Amino acid sequence: MAGKKKMLDWYFWRPRLSTLSTHLVLFLAALFIASPIIFAVIKSTQSTAQISTYPPQFGIGSSMAENYKVAWQRYNLGRLMVNTFGVAISVMVGKTILSLLAALALVYFDFRFKGLIFIFILVTLMMPVPVRIVPLFKFVSSLGWGNTFWALTVPFLASATGTFLFRQHFMSIPTSLVDAARVDGVGPMRFLWQILLPMSMNTVGAMAVIEFVYLWNQYLWPLIIISSNKNQMIQMGVKQLTVSGPEGMVHWGISMAGVVITMLPPLIMFILLQEQFMRGFALTEEK
Amino acid sequence: MESKFPSRRLPLLILLPTLLVCGMFLYYPLAQSFSWSLLRAAFMGLRTLYVGTQNYVRLFTSSAYLHSMWISIVFAAGVVLLGLSISLGIALVANRKVRGARIYRTALIWPYALSPAVAGTIWLFLFNPTAGVVNFVLERTVGISPDWVTSRNLAILLVVTAAVWKNLGYNIVFFLAGLQNVPGQVIEAARIDGASAWRCFWKVTLPLLSPTAFFLLIMNMIYAFFGVFGLVDVLTKGGPANATNILIYNLYRDAFQHNKWGMASAQSVILFVMVVGFTLLQFRTTGRKVHYGG
Repeated sequence: MAGKKKMLDWYFWRPRLSTLSTHLVLFLAALFIASPIIFAVIKSTQSTAQISTYPPQFGIGSSMAENYKVAWQRYNLGRLMVNTFGVAISVMVGKTILSLLAALALVYFDFRFKGLIFIFILVTLMMPVPVRIVPLFKFVSSLGWGNTFWALTVPFLASATGTFLFRQHFMSIPTSLVDAARVDGVGPMRFLWQILLPMSMNTVGAMAVIEFVYLWNQYLWPLIIISSNKNQMIQMGVKQLTVSGPEGMVHWGISMAGVVITMLPPLIMFILLQEQFMRGFALTEEK
Repeated sequence: MESKFPSRRLPLLILLPTLLVCGMFLYYPLAQSFSWSLLRAAFMGLRTLYVGTQNYVRLFTSSAYLHSMWISIVFAAGVVLLGLSISLGIALVANRKVRGARIYRTALIWPYALSPAVAGTIWLFLFNPTAGVVNFVLERTVGISPDWVTSRNLAILLVVTAAVWKNLGYNIVFFLAGLQNVPGQVIEAARIDGASAWRCFWKVTLPLLSPTAFFLLIMNMIYAFFGVFGLVDVLTKGGPANATNILIYNLYRDAFQHNKWGMASAQSVILFVMVVGFTLLQFRTTGRKVHYGG
């Protein structure tokens, strides 16, 4: 049997050791997850000569400014990013408004076929673009929207996820609130903008993150519906990064610079709004 | 009913925009996928012929399509098994109460915001036989330097690892949320009663976490089937020799490179049936929410 002193020591050290190992594991896991991006950032600063030396160099290289400038100009990233911002912001705002209105109708009104209408909206969750891609392409083209902003925005304005999240949130708000509003003569629209909306900011934040990330990263739909580079979305710029350049080979320094530039906007958005994202989206089940 | 606004027209009016978009851009094209799957273009695409179920028969007797389906299943299995086990392991550690837990959480989940195409581009570079880093490490440690994109099995491994890495953040977010429903006192009590940490995990944590795990299982399947088009397009373009030609890539090629609208529509319908299957499974077992990123 161990002596009393040793026992005390063990109980002193044990939690500290376990905390230390937790820190170590978490640090290594974070490093493991970040390592591809760390390499991308390092390589985005190196010249062709530095990248093609063997063994590979893992220090900051000498042509950072050059690589980022060439990536920005050669792949027209500024234009593509402005286009994508326009589409992402429009769809985000449109979706938020449409889902707020739909949830308002579903929670604070009584009308016929309410349950059916909710199911009608919810079922669209099972219709990602690939299951309707050929007819959608033909239909949107027949509207004359091929290669336009409208093709990238209007078909995406309805949101089952948004309607569901807002409906869920509204139902958790005490009914005494709407009774008080009615007694005071507050109409439904004012009730929505002045009372419900300020109480729903976590859900609005979660929606903003989900939608911005989704729209910024959209690939297949712009690939087929947008035909000119000046109207194109940013992921088609990413697609070009690994196509051989004028030198007849991929210049990895420039490609990685392009990758770093194009991944920043959704990343910043996600990091800024991650609390709202966690609370409004991942934790909606919590009582 | 109290607690409701009285109007009967206003709710329909404010639902109208959502219903219109759903009807025009979701239900209508989906219905057309069904009807077009029974057609075939003829006379250089000038006319269409009604061919009944012939497109489906041709798909299910085509070894290329069956191969594509097999590859998709292998790919999805890889994404689910690797992705869920790694992210569960990380989430279990990240759930411990230590200083800076929130900073660690951010550092673990941020790849959620990356695009599949970005993941593909970085992977193409990392696994490049001459300029990449992975082959350098492999050569120094085990003395091999494989060419990833030209070997059939390695190309699948390449796409799976990129897809898993990109989705780790999403999985960790939901595992962390699920772990908040596992009461710490229960684990503590079990540990004091002499249960090993391993036994606690299997008997207490995992059962309480199973709704989350099941939700993520379905979401990862859907991600593997629908969410990785950009990844495949950048990394392998379905090659080498169709080794990474998953269903969605095959559909894209038939629809927009070979202009086989009927065959492509039939493939859309098959994919839709699969989504419905996944979703029903999801609702029947847990009744939890579903999100496809749209």
